[in-house]
Amino acid sequence: MNNRSQKILPVIMPVMMAPKARPDDRFRLQRWHGFALVAVLITASIPAFAATDPARASMFEVLQRWMPLLLKGFVFNIIISISAMAIGTVAGAVLGLGQISLIAPVRKISWLITQFFRNAPWLVLLFFAMFLLPFELKIFGLTIPLPDWLKAMFGLSLPVMANVSEIVRGGVMSLPSGQWEAAESLAFSRQQTLWRIILPQCVKRMLPPWMNLYSILTMATVLASIVGVSEVMTLTGQALAAEGGRSDLLIPFYSFVLFLFFIYCYPIARWTVRLEKKFAVIT
Amino acid sequence: MAWTDKEPMVSIRDVHKSFGALEVLKGVSLDVMKGEVICIIGPSGSGKSTLIRCVNALNDIQSGSIKVEGQEVNDPHLNKLELRKKVGMVFQQYNLFPHKNALENIMMAPLLVLKDNKVEVEKLARSLIKKVRLEGKEESYPGELSGGQQQRVAIARSLAMNPDVMLFDEVTAALDPETVNEVLLTIKELAQDGMTCILVTHEMGFAKEVADHIYFTDRGVIVEHGPPTEFFEQAKDPRTIEFLGQIL
Repeated sequence: MNNRSQKILPVIMPVMMAPKARPDDRFRLQRWHGFALVAVLITASIPAFAATDPARASMFEVLQRWMPLLLKGFVFNIIISISAMAIGTVAGAVLGLGQISLIAPVRKISWLITQFFRNAPWLVLLFFAMFLLPFELKIFGLTIPLPDWLKAMFGLSLPVMANVSEIVRGGVMSLPSGQWEAAESLAFSRQQTLWRIILPQCVKRMLPPWMNLYSILTMATVLASIVGVSEVMTLTGQALAAEGGRSDLLIPFYSFVLFLFFIYCYPIARWTVRLEKKFAVIT
Repeated sequence: MAWTDKEPMVSIRDVHKSFGALEVLKGVSLDVMKGEVICIIGPSGSGKSTLIRCVNALNDIQSGSIKVEGQEVNDPHLNKLELRKKVGMVFQQYNLFPHKNALENIMMAPLLVLKDNKVEVEKLARSLIKKVRLEGKEESYPGELSGGQQQRVAIARSLAMNPDVMLFDEVTAALDPETVNEVLLTIKELAQDGMTCILVTHEMGFAKEVADHIYFTDRGVIVEHGPPTEFFEQAKDPRTIEFLGQIL
């Protein structure tokens, strides 16, 4: 099939060139990009320097002082993101399998739930979770407190659930129908076909979009600051207020938050691209 | 009444099948006795593949009757899994499971469906690999095998269920010309072993050589049928003559 000695047809040249021209290759981060970013930040802070009264602590000293607290807040963001992802993935997997169920009511209800939560703004869902869930649960006389961060976690897991549901459905649908037919003609039951043949092949395909979703979720955890959870954005605001609202601190503080998210999410994005390439379907 | 091998193993009577408004089978009837090899030929879109896919209930039919060893396939209460244990099928696109190696592909169905003993199944799978001449490829994944090799694994995978009848749906149509023969040889040996086979094929030379009976279908009906020598040398219907004229 792949006769290299043959003259390459001009029409297929763009197709053959395509992988080389992939933007993620050309724009892969280099070390100098980091220096450039730092340079831009420092330059941007010069006006603030100029305005600073020499008697006050320099902004770097202030940032350094607050850094442990901000880092703690950021760890909290990561904890929220991981737990919301875990809950959303489990619920979404169930919902996604519901979407391909042979039982029509199950299929339709799963579809409806998926569409509802997938097309709702994350912030609105977060508000719903905050105000609909009670501050404590009473089960069999046992009182379980529901702190804000737990509610936020549930709120964020709803859109994750809906997106995972679509990833599962799409993954299953993306397999050629021949796989189903081959398994069926070997007298596999539907369950055996799904669990032994279809899903093992889908997991690989679902991994990159799932990781992508996790990245997006991590960045969305800052929404919890709006509902008062003490994550990194909330703490940054409080730190700035404690410093008396010095305007020269805004850029360094928020840059630091951006930087934290970037060093956490960028490797995930790179890894996703690597996996996508590795699992690219070659047929 | 219990089925005996004096009666047709597969009996197709006046089968009608539509996809929506499109009627692809318009009253097809044919019989296959035990140990018989029949070839169904005809232009694309004539309903050949659909017909054999109806035999193992991959497609349902609107009216008519298909009996496999006396069991009615066109029955809403049909136990499809029981039927498919008796009917093996090989596809044009091989459809091997890409996440399993050759040996595992062959072993899966007997292990999961028949719940056979693993040691026995592995022994059987190795002997089938040998039968289709793929010794040394046991651990290879489908992606590492040529089309012809994959197709032979697919044949072995079907045989592992010890079916009574095998369906072959244009199994050489997607292959490189140089690998077609190895697959045809495998099927020929199978036929010589007495396996009941229904083949949809475009390989006229092969059909002539192995078939006991040839059916020519066009636009959903069987136009003409007969033993190979008679069929190829004394075709009467103008549609058959035209088709053979284009192919040969």
